[in-house]
Amino acid sequence: MVIPSGTNRSVTARALRLSLSAIRRTYGAVTALDGASLKVAVGEVHALLGENGAGKTTLMKIAFGLDQPDEGAIAIDGEACTFRSPRDAMKRGIGMVQQHFALVDAMTVAENVALGAGGPFDLGRTVAVIEEISRASGLPLDPAARVRDLTVGAQQRLEIIKALARRSTTLILDEPTAVLSPGESAELLAWTRRFADGGGTVILIAHKLREVLSVADRITVMRRGRTVLTGLASEVTESSLADAMLGASSSQPESATAPRAAHSIENTPVISLTGVSVRDSMGVKRLHEATLTVSRGEILGVAAVEGAGHSELLRVMAGRLAPSDGTLVAPAEVGFVPEDRHRDAVVLEATLTENVALRGAKSRRGVIAWNAVRKTTASLMRTRDVRSDNADALMRTLSGGNQQKLVVGRELLGAPAALIVENPTRGLDIRATSEVHAALRAARDDGTAIVVYSSDLDEVLALADRIIVVAAGRVAAVAADRDSVGRAMLEAQ
Amino acid sequence: MKFRRIVRPLFELSLAGVLAVVVLALLLWASGYPIERSLSALWSGAFGSWSIIASGTIVRATPLLFTGLAVAVAFRAGILNIGAEGQLLTGAVAATAVAMTVSPTIGQFGAVLALAGGVLAGGAWAGIAALLRLRFGVLEVISTIMLNVIALNLTGALVRGPLQEATHTFPQSAMLTSAFRLPRLIPGTRLHAGVALAVVCAIAMAWFLRATASGFRLRMTGANPRAAFSAGGIDVARVSVTAFIASGAIAGLGGAVEVTGVTYALYENLSPGYGYTAIAVALLARLNPSSAIGAALIFGALESGASAMQRDAQVPAGMVGVVEACVILVLLASEWVGARAGSVRSFLWGGPPRTAVQAEVADS
Repeated sequence: MVIPSGTNRSVTARALRLSLSAIRRTYGAVTALDGASLKVAVGEVHALLGENGAGKTTLMKIAFGLDQPDEGAIAIDGEACTFRSPRDAMKRGIGMVQQHFALVDAMTVAENVALGAGGPFDLGRTVAVIEEISRASGLPLDPAARVRDLTVGAQQRLEIIKALARRSTTLILDEPTAVLSPGESAELLAWTRRFADGGGTVILIAHKLREVLSVADRITVMRRGRTVLTGLASEVTESSLADAMLGASSSQPESATAPRAAHSIENTPVISLTGVSVRDSMGVKRLHEATLTVSRGEILGVAAVEGAGHSELLRVMAGRLAPSDGTLVAPAEVGFVPEDRHRDAVVLEATLTENVALRGAKSRRGVIAWNAVRKTTASLMRTRDVRSDNADALMRTLSGGNQQKLVVGRELLGAPAALIVENPTRGLDIRATSEVHAALRAARDDGTAIVVYSSDLDEVLALADRIIVVAAGRVAAVAADRDSVGRAMLEAQ
Repeated sequence: MKFRRIVRPLFELSLAGVLAVVVLALLLWASGYPIERSLSALWSGAFGSWSIIASGTIVRATPLLFTGLAVAVAFRAGILNIGAEGQLLTGAVAATAVAMTVSPTIGQFGAVLALAGGVLAGGAWAGIAALLRLRFGVLEVISTIMLNVIALNLTGALVRGPLQEATHTFPQSAMLTSAFRLPRLIPGTRLHAGVALAVVCAIAMAWFLRATASGFRLRMTGANPRAAFSAGGIDVARVSVTAFIASGAIAGLGGAVEVTGVTYALYENLSPGYGYTAIAVALLARLNPSSAIGAALIFGALESGASAMQRDAQVPAGMVGVVEACVILVLLASEWVGARAGSVRSFLWGGPPRTAVQAEVADS
C-alpha cells in the first residue's frame, strides 16, 4: 500500500469539525456508552478503534442521529446541536456508510443516488451529478449499472457517492474494509486520505491496526463504552494500541488465569477439517483453507473480530453450511446454539414442548409422541433450571436467559458427540451466564467436543481449553492468554 | 389447554356472530331500511326451518369450509395463498371435464373420479404459483390473484367452447349424469355427501397439524423458517411447496364438490367469490381447521340469509358483504390492540401478555 504518510498530518491546530463529549447511552440494564468522547478536526482521517462491543458503532450512530444519547453533548463546527434523526445530521454535512449497505438491488446506480437525495427525480441531472462527483472524488462508477451487478467494492463506492451527493463533508465509515478484498481495501484507504487532504473529514471505524496506522492522522480507542486513548497516529504503535484496546491484564477474570481443570483432553478427533474454504454468494472467499480438529472432551475457543470468517467456520462445523472446498469429517448430528436466538434457534409463537421437538424434526415420522416430548421438556426444565409455569407455555413468555438455557439443554439432549456454540450468553444476566457456562463445562466433562465462539474475549478465555483465532478468513492456533489472542485477532505484530 | 382449544374459539365465533348482527342493524338503520323486517328475513333465510338450515346455510357453508381450510393450511405454512378462488374454479372445471369424458356406465365411482380430478387440478393450479415462487421468487400474493383472473376467464371460455351444453345456447356445461352426482345425505334436502367430506377434511387437518411430524414441520416452517431450518434441519422450501399444492388441492376439491353436489353443471359464475370469503373464514377461525367449521357456518348463514333479505325486504345482498368485512376488521383490530394491552388480550383471547423482549445490545 503506497500512501503518503507524514505529510499533512499536523492537525492539532485545525478547527474541530465534530465533537462528542461525555456521551452516555444505556439499553435497559446494559451500558453501551459510559461517558465516551470523540473530537475530530477538519481535514483529518480519524480512526476509531475498539474490541467488539466497545461502543464504536453506538457512538457513531449517535453522531449520525440514528440513536440519541441519554447524556452528553454534540457539537458541529463548535456549535452545539441535537440530532433527532439522520436527516438533521445530513443537514450538517455528516454522512455515514454502514456495514450493511442500504441499496435497492434492482435499481441502477443513478436511481439509488436519486432515492437518497430526495426531491423530484431527474435522471439526466442525477447522472450528471454522479459523473461530476465520480470525477472530482476519483471514485469510478457507472451511473447506468444495476446495483445487483456491482461488486461489493463498487457498492461501497456507491454508498460514498450517495453521501457526497447530499453534500456531506464528513464521512463515517463503519468497518469499510471488512467486506473488501485486500486490493479494494488499499484503494479505499488511499481514497480516504485524498478526501481528507482535499478538506473533507473521515471517521473510520476499524479493527485492523496496520490499516489504521497506514492511513489515519489521529486515533481514538474505546473500551467498554469509554474513550481510553486519543493520539496522533505517529505517536502510537500497534503494540500500544493493542494494549489500550484489550485493557490492562488485571481485568482478566480469575477463571482465565486459573489452572485448567485436572481433566485431560482425550485425543480422539470428533470434527476435523482439511483445507476447508467457504465463498459467499458474491464469490468472495470468507474462509481460507481451514485445517483443524476438535477432540472429544475439549472446549475449543474461537476468537475473532466481526466479519473475520468465524461465523462461516462455525456453521460449516455445525453442518449448517456446505463448504465450497476441502473435506469435513463430522458426526451426522451436531448440536448448534446460534447467536441470534430469536431468528435461528427458537419459534417464539410455539410452546416449549414444540421447541424441544424441533430438534431432529427433519427425521421424525408419523405421529409425534407429544406426551413423551412433554416429559422430556419438563425434565429439561428441571435440570436446566428453566423458569416457566409448564411445558405448554409459549416460548415468547420466557425471559432471554430461560430461553437460552432451554436451547442449550435441547442441543445437549442425548449427549451429542459435538456442540457448536456462538455467543452463548449475549444479553443474559450474570446468573444465567454462569448457568450456561456450567452446562457447557459439564457437557465437556461428559465427553462432548465443544466449540465456543464469543465476541467477548474474556468469555472465550474463561471457557476454552484451547484457542484458535480467525483473522481475515484464516485460522491460527494461539497460546491461551489474553495478550496473544488479542494481538492475533487484531493482526498486530 | 382445554380452554384454549375449545372454549376460546366458541366464544370468539359467537362474539363474531353477535357483532355481525349489530353492525348489520346499524347499517340498516343508517340506510333507512326497516330493521326488524330485514333482520327477521335474514334469520328465516338462514335458520327459518330445518330444511332451510340444511339446504341453505349448510350447503352454502360447504365451499366456504373447503376454501377456508385451503387458505388456513397455506397461511399456517407461511404462504399467502389468495388463489383459493382460482383453484376452486379449476377444480370445478376438471370435475366437469371428467364427467363429460368418462362413460356414465362407470356407476357411482364416477363421482369419486370427478372429485379426484378436482383435487389434481386445484393442486396443479396452485403448483404454478409455487413453482413461480421457488424458481423466480414471484410473490404468491400477486401470482395467485392473477391466476384467479386467468381461471375465471378460462372457465368462461370453456363453457362457451369445448364444455358448452349440446344446444350451444347457454354459457354453461351440460347437466352431469347421475353417475357423477354426489349422493344426498338426507332425502328431500340439498344436503349432499360433500358436506360430510368437508367436515372430515377439517377434522383430519386439525389432527394432521397437531399430531403428525409433517404437520409439525409445516407449522414450524410457517412460524419461523430460519429456526425450522437451523434448529430442526427442516427442508423449508420443500415443506412450503408441498403445503401450497395441498392448499390448492383442497380448494379444487371444494370446486368439484360444488359441481357434483349442488349445481350439477359448470357455470361461469359458479362461485360468488367463495375463495375470497375463504380468507375471512380462515382469519375468523384463527387458521384453526376445527374452528373453520363454525366460521364457515356463520358466513354460510349470513350469505344464505342475505338472499332472503334481498327477496323479502329489498335490502341489497351486498350489504352482508360489508358486514363480513366489518367483523373481520373488528376481530383483527381487537387482536392488534390486545397485543399492545396485555390485559385486554388475555381477556379476549386468553393468551398470555407479551413480555418486553430484553434489549440486546448488538454493538460491533
